[in-house]
Amino acid sequence: MNIPIYLDNNATTPMDPRVLEAMIPYFTSKFGNAASRNHPFGWVAEEGVDYAREQVAKLIGASEKEIIFTSGATESDNLAIKGVFEMYKEKGNHIVTTVTEHKAVLDACKHVEKLGGRVTYLPVKEDGLVDLAVLEAAMTNETILVSIMYGNNEIGVIQPIKEISAIAHKYGALFMTDAVQAVGKIPVDVNKDGIDLLALSAHKFYGPKGVGALYVRRKGPRVKVTAQMDGGGHERGMRSGTLNVPGIVGLGKAAELCMLEMESEAKRLSALRDKLQNGLTVLEESYVNGNVDHRLPHVANISFKYVEGEGLMMAMKDLAVSSGSACTSASLEPSYVLKSLGLSDDLAHSSIRFGLGRFTTEEEVDYAIEVTKKAVTHLRDLSPLWEMFKEGIDLDSIEWAEH
Amino acid sequence: MAYSDKVIDHYTNPRNVGTLDKSSHKVGTGLVGAPECGDVMRLQIEVGDDNIITDAKFKTFGCGSAIASSSLATEWLKGKTIDDAMKIDNMDIVEELALPPVKIHCSVLAEDAIKAAINDFRVKNGMEAIELEKSHH
Repeated sequence: MNIPIYLDNNATTPMDPRVLEAMIPYFTSKFGNAASRNHPFGWVAEEGVDYAREQVAKLIGASEKEIIFTSGATESDNLAIKGVFEMYKEKGNHIVTTVTEHKAVLDACKHVEKLGGRVTYLPVKEDGLVDLAVLEAAMTNETILVSIMYGNNEIGVIQPIKEISAIAHKYGALFMTDAVQAVGKIPVDVNKDGIDLLALSAHKFYGPKGVGALYVRRKGPRVKVTAQMDGGGHERGMRSGTLNVPGIVGLGKAAELCMLEMESEAKRLSALRDKLQNGLTVLEESYVNGNVDHRLPHVANISFKYVEGEGLMMAMKDLAVSSGSACTSASLEPSYVLKSLGLSDDLAHSSIRFGLGRFTTEEEVDYAIEVTKKAVTHLRDLSPLWEMFKEGIDLDSIEWAEH
Repeated sequence: MAYSDKVIDHYTNPRNVGTLDKSSHKVGTGLVGAPECGDVMRLQIEVGDDNIITDAKFKTFGCGSAIASSSLATEWLKGKTIDDAMKIDNMDIVEELALPPVKIHCSVLAEDAIKAAINDFRVKNGMEAIELEKSHH
């Protein structure tokens, strides 16, 4: 067992050695520009890209012509939201999203607002799921796009995508999903799920960083987005720029591996995750954040009341995890996702996100349980709040000097 | 962000963790910060004859730097008169622990806790509370 143990697979995943192997020739001998049509170097590169396009398409039940390669999910989100807004502005100017989206979606929406668009940011329920009645009430004739993430990066909850897309379509809007955390982990099918645009990123499923894709539906309806970068008109004119051939080949290989191994891997990970969660929630005053029945198999977000997340992580230095605590972000605000579940600030400050992955072993999970329990106990011994709680003092009755 | 060795030392082996009898007239208690803000410090002093601090204890809910700041403060308080203790400045803590700019608020909180504990002691013993500068934050 190697220390520190990596349990932050929602942030990024290590690349699978099989992916690296597939990529290597495309850096050296197969270095051609996929857009070079007039010699074998270009053809070989193009062949690699075409094969990857098929591999990615297959993973999400799409056709290969519907895959636009990008630099990652942030670019895909931007291209989808801004691109739809520009392309469909004759039809309407209203976009519906949720408050728990990734910043790439939220900030692209804010950009659209500056351009004269109107955006509704739906609240979520206490378990992190969208209330379908609230979504439906937000829809108007002007609504051109509903953008709701598939699985949440902080708490792992899976939104009712089929129901959401049905509501979007009922009002004539397109449905887009940031599926970065879900693709490769659980079955995602653009046709069964009614998805018109989908953003994904290779490094979240054991592929390389700096490459992703946007799925853009071609049939029923044929969706178009306005390019956000001017140039050579690559990727059916939607995304200019010389293709990142090695990265794309890696993305394809990573997609293929996920496709092959998803079923057994999801079972294995959810069993390990449940073991971790059960091992930790025996601690008094620990709470699992988000809906546990509709959740990605590899994620558990747990708040340990009366200890602060960053301080806790310092005591868990053998584990690489992340926290919703303010201290871990530049903003000094605790996680907006946890707050939007109605969690009080102190519980948001006390949260730890565990993200398991393909290379996580049972031995590592056992060790993580031990380290975390020890750290929580250590910090509670140091915590005045824990002492007050144990003495039966209601912390809400104290007038805190907010600063 | 990497922590300084001194922060890690105080965090790993915090000095003077504990609780003094807050009903004793010799004990002054300062409780500062708020759970919503992610840090709460409770610092207590026990004051002997000649107004010399004979013991100091703390408990802190917060990040490593907050824990280290309060641990260091208790070390510095012991043996000082309450008047000298009043002069401890947050920037002394910043310097000693090599706190980065984003963690300066932890030292401010420790200074506030010291002053709150001293004032609690003063008021308990018939002295006037010392008017504090407006809080730094």
